[in-house]
Amino acid sequence: MENVIEAIGLTKSFGAFTAVNAISFHVQKGEIFGFLGANGAGKTTAIKMLIGIANPTSGAAKVAGFDVFTEAESIKRNIGYMSQKFALYDDLTVKENITFFGGIYGLTRAAIKTKTQALIDELNLENVANHLVGSLPLGWKQKISFSVALLHNPKIVFLDEPTGGVDPITRRQFWEMIYKAAHQGTTIFVTTHYMDEAEYCDRVSIMVNGKIEALDTPKNLKKTYKAENMNDVFLKLARG
Amino acid sequence: MSITLNHISKSYKNVQALNDISFNVKAGELFGLIGPDGAGKTTLFRILTTLLTADSGSATVSNFDVVKDYKKIRNSVGYMPGKFSLYQDLTVEENLNFFATIFGTTIKENYDLIKDIYVQIEPFKNRRAGKLSGGMKQKLALCCALIHKPEVLFLDEPTTGVDPVSRKEFWDMLKRLQQTGITILVSTPYMDEAALCDRIAFIQNGSILEIDSPQEIVKHFSKTLYNIRAHNMYQLMESLSHYKHTFSAYPFGEYVHYSDNRMDMNPNELHMYLVSKGLNEIIIEVTQPTIEDTFMALAK
Repeated sequence: MENVIEAIGLTKSFGAFTAVNAISFHVQKGEIFGFLGANGAGKTTAIKMLIGIANPTSGAAKVAGFDVFTEAESIKRNIGYMSQKFALYDDLTVKENITFFGGIYGLTRAAIKTKTQALIDELNLENVANHLVGSLPLGWKQKISFSVALLHNPKIVFLDEPTGGVDPITRRQFWEMIYKAAHQGTTIFVTTHYMDEAEYCDRVSIMVNGKIEALDTPKNLKKTYKAENMNDVFLKLARG
Repeated sequence: MSITLNHISKSYKNVQALNDISFNVKAGELFGLIGPDGAGKTTLFRILTTLLTADSGSATVSNFDVVKDYKKIRNSVGYMPGKFSLYQDLTVEENLNFFATIFGTTIKENYDLIKDIYVQIEPFKNRRAGKLSGGMKQKLALCCALIHKPEVLFLDEPTTGVDPVSRKEFWDMLKRLQQTGITILVSTPYMDEAALCDRIAFIQNGSILEIDSPQEIVKHFSKTLYNIRAHNMYQLMESLSHYKHTFSAYPFGEYVHYSDNRMDMNPNELHMYLVSKGLNEIIIEVTQPTIEDTFMALAK
């Protein structure tokens, strides 16, 4: 099986403080990988290294086949990223946003046109395609944001708390989109504070104070920690 | 009654934010406002804390009218907005001192009330608020909202974006605060937190869907609910979405919660359908609806 992420002893220090402490793991092609941890455990710093916008202090990692130290630019071109803070432009329309990001990712005009229509059809956005994104409900924005992160057919997409504050029905529709993308071979790297969503992942890692404290399938984690659900696993682990 | 709302409506340009809202919160009650982003929760908070006036209807807090007696309300309530609103360039201690002084009190006078929370951020009391982690900011904001010993505490999504452990600690704190007699109105998008309230109101698109205790509200779910599991979740969801008798099918952790559009369904028939779709390791069993199931059924 092809690995889309390979990290060995990946470390990031800020002065005397070690935010990410020698984490080692791999993520396979088409896998839904849940990257969990308490606030301040080091998740965001780890993600920043993996997507090529922060230099590791030590260790090694490859993402989509590229080295995080020497090929950060290639990583950025070959991954999708959706941040917890909404990343589309509120004062552009849905169509304009798709065109803009398509251009950023170097798609041709023809490809952008096809992709735009496909995306609008799939998300049922026909009626709001020319509306400003700022006027749409959060759940819609998040779904569009996810689709935009997939525009250039990346091997892997990083989703940083994509469903925070989203209503329960839309949250589930969002996960159906995740499943579909994974089913088509896109690797999903996702963080969430909803523990029911942790159950939807193929494998889950839990970060505590900069280290990966546990990494397994939800089923095995529940067994190992004698827990009824992932919430219990998290509560047992996350504060040491 | 600690809070009363009578037919409150509020519109912005072309959005009806609140549509004829009426309910009461009893003194000392922990009352939850449960609904997604954009439901109208923040507008409701802003009306009750006198920062916004309603288009129509009336409301009282601690028996004061939100329009006529707005100054008295401002003195007697604590408000923690959803967006971090303390002074980022003041330290932890300076922020707390500032809010105590504004309300004509001192940290010392009401220290008992905030002690449990404040000791957790005290090691960082000389750090600027803008440099705190999310969980720390939230604790400081709660301290600042409590420092004048309010009768009613308004907490607008205090736990959004907060991890499960910190969320649990936060709710333990709320329960302790409730013991001191403070009335608490709290909003949250997390359905598991709803179970910890005395009563909850489901709100969506500016309207109240239902108000009841967490134990009673699940009785509004009228169908039989099934837990369904199979070897492949994606395939299971796909198959259920194409089944002609599906009323609802939502993933819930390791199961799909399924309800049927017929009065009497035969689980064996569904089992056979799923087998025909190539699924195996199929489990179908009756389960109890949760608060989240009930919300989704009402919101559908």
